[in-house]
Amino acid sequence: MSADGVNKERRRFLLATTSAVGAVGAGLAAVPFISSWKPSARAQAVGAPVQVNVAKLGEGQLLKVQWRGQTIGILRRSKKNLDDLPSVDAKLRDPMSESSDQPAYIKGEPRALRPEYLVVNMHCTHLGCVPTLIPQVGPQPFEADWKGGFYCPCHKSKFDMAGRVYQGVPAPTNLVIPPYSFADDNTIIIGVNPEGAA
Amino acid sequence: MSKPASGLARQATAFMNWMDERLPVTKFWDDHLAKYYAPKNFNFWYFMGSLALVVLVNQIVTGIFLTMHYKPSAAEAFASVEYIMRDVDWGWLIRYMHSTGASFFFIVIYLHMFRSLLYGSHRKPREMIWVFGMLLYLLLMAEAFFGYVLPWGQMSYWGAQVIINLFGAIPAIGEPLTEWIRGDYFISDATLNRFFALHVIALPLALCALVVLHLTALHEVGSNNPDGIDIKKVKDENGVPKDGIPFHPYYTVKDLFGVAMFLMVFAFVIFFWPDAGGLFLEHDNFVPANPLVTPEHIKPVWYFTPFYAILKAVPDKLMGVILMGVSVMVLFLLPWLDRSPVRSIRYKGAWYKFLVIMFAVAFVRLGMLGMAEGTPAQTIEMRVWTFVYFSFFVLLFFMSKNGKTKPVPERVTH
Repeated sequence: MSADGVNKERRRFLLATTSAVGAVGAGLAAVPFISSWKPSARAQAVGAPVQVNVAKLGEGQLLKVQWRGQTIGILRRSKKNLDDLPSVDAKLRDPMSESSDQPAYIKGEPRALRPEYLVVNMHCTHLGCVPTLIPQVGPQPFEADWKGGFYCPCHKSKFDMAGRVYQGVPAPTNLVIPPYSFADDNTIIIGVNPEGAA
Repeated sequence: MSKPASGLARQATAFMNWMDERLPVTKFWDDHLAKYYAPKNFNFWYFMGSLALVVLVNQIVTGIFLTMHYKPSAAEAFASVEYIMRDVDWGWLIRYMHSTGASFFFIVIYLHMFRSLLYGSHRKPREMIWVFGMLLYLLLMAEAFFGYVLPWGQMSYWGAQVIINLFGAIPAIGEPLTEWIRGDYFISDATLNRFFALHVIALPLALCALVVLHLTALHEVGSNNPDGIDIKKVKDENGVPKDGIPFHPYYTVKDLFGVAMFLMVFAFVIFFWPDAGGLFLEHDNFVPANPLVTPEHIKPVWYFTPFYAILKAVPDKLMGVILMGVSVMVLFLLPWLDRSPVRSIRYKGAWYKFLVIMFAVAFVRLGMLGMAEGTPAQTIEMRVWTFVYFSFFVLLFFMSKNGKTKPVPERVTH
C-alpha cells in the first residue's frame, strides 16, 4: 500500500480520540465492579441502635455489646477512678480529647454523659484490636504508676479509665465515644443522640 | 542418521513435523529445555526456582480440592475446615499439604531471593527478572494473607482486622478505604467471601501470569551463576557457550533430585509436625473467630514477622505503616543500589560479606522479635535491627561504588 495518500495528522487524531473514548469507557465499566465492594444495602440496614440495661452493672465492671459490628464497652467507674483521672493528664497525648473522635455533647476528662458510666468503642485507634481492661491500681509491667485503664495486647497501646491514650504508644487518638443517650436511669441507647443534641 | 529408521520412528517424526508446522512444539522444547544453555556451575541455591514451581503446583492442586469442601461464609467456614480435617477422606492430608505448602513457599522464596543477593543475579541485565520476582513476592504475600483468613479462626479474624486497618492510616481516604475493603463496617461475611474469591481465582491467575513473565525474562538473558560471569562471552564454533550445558537433561535431572530431597522434608512436616509448634498454624486459630475477644498475643504468621516488627518498632501509626511499606518496597531497588562492577560475592571484598551477613541477621532477628511478646527491651531491640535493616541499603549504595573487588576469571570455576 502506498503511503502517499495517508493523512498523518488525521490518523493521529483518530488514534488519540479512539484511545481517549476507549479509556473513558473502560473507566466507566469499572465503576460497577468497584462499587460492588462497598457495604451492601443489607449491611447498611443492620446498623440499628442497641438498648442496654445497666441496672446490674457493678462498680468496676465492664459490659461489652455489639453495635454495627463494633465492640462497645460500658464501664461503671468508681469515685476513686474518676478522682484519679486528672492525675494522669500529664502522661496523655490528648487529655481533653480535642483531636479525638467523640460526639459534641461529650466533654471534659471523664468523657461521659454521666461520669459513672463510660460508654466507649473498644477498638484500639491503632489497628482495631480490643484492649483489655486492667482496672487494678498499682505498678504493671508496662506502666509503673498505673491508675487503671485499658491495655492493647496487639501493639501495647495504653488508655486510662476514660479511654484516653497515653503518650509513646502507637495509637494516635483516644478511644472513640459512640453516639449514645439515656432512655431512663438504667437504660443506655447506643446509636441515638440525647434529645436536643445534633 | 545412517541407519534407516524403523517404521514407527518414521511415523513419529512425520507426526512431529505435522505438529511443528501448526504448533511450535519442538521449537519450544529446544528454546527452553534441550538447547537452553545454563551455566554448568549451579549449586544448592539454584534448586529454589524449580522448587518454587513445585510448591506452586502443590498449592493449586490441593487448593482446588479444598474448595470442593470449604464454605466461604462466616457462619460455616470454621466448621467446614474442621469437616475437611475430620470427615472428608484424606481431607486432613490435603489441608496440611496446603497449609504446610504455604510456609514452604516462603522458605523457598526467601532462599531464592537470598541467592540473588549472594551472586548478584538481580544485576544488569537481569533487572526485569528481579522486578517480576518482587511482584510475585508481593502477590504471594497477599495470597497468603487472604488464605490465612479463610479458616475463620481467632488469628484469621484479628489478623485481618490489623492488616486491613493498616490502610486506615492513610490520611483522608483511610477510613472509607478500609470500609470498601471490608464491604461492611467490620470484618464480616462480606469480607470473608471476597477474600475467598481473590484467594482462589484472582491472585492465582495473576501469579501464574507473572511466573510466565519471570521465566520469559530469564530465558531471554540467560541464567546467572555463582561466579556472576557472563557465559555467553566465550562460545564454541557452534555458538554454544563453552561453560553452558543444556538445561535438559542436565538440570532437569539435578532439579528432580532437589525435588526428591525437598519432598522428604515437606512430607516429614506434613505428617509429624504440621503446625510447626505454632509457627505454621497458630494455636489461636484453632478457636473460632470471635469479634468480641482479641487474643492475648496477636501476631502474623512467621513469614510476615520481620516487617511486622518494623511496624511495631515505630510509636506512630502512620509512620509505622509507611516504614513497613518502605521496608518491602526498597527491595525493588536492589539491582540499582548495588553499583559494584562485580556481580558475585565471590569476587567482592569483605565489605560485601559483612553487609550481607548484617542484613541476614537483621532480617532473621526482626522476624523473631516480630512474633515475640513485645517487652520494652524487645521494642528497643526492634528499633536497633530496623535501623540495621535500612542501613544495609544505604551502605550498599555508597560502599559498592568503590568497594574492593577481586579479579573475575574468564571462565566459571567449580
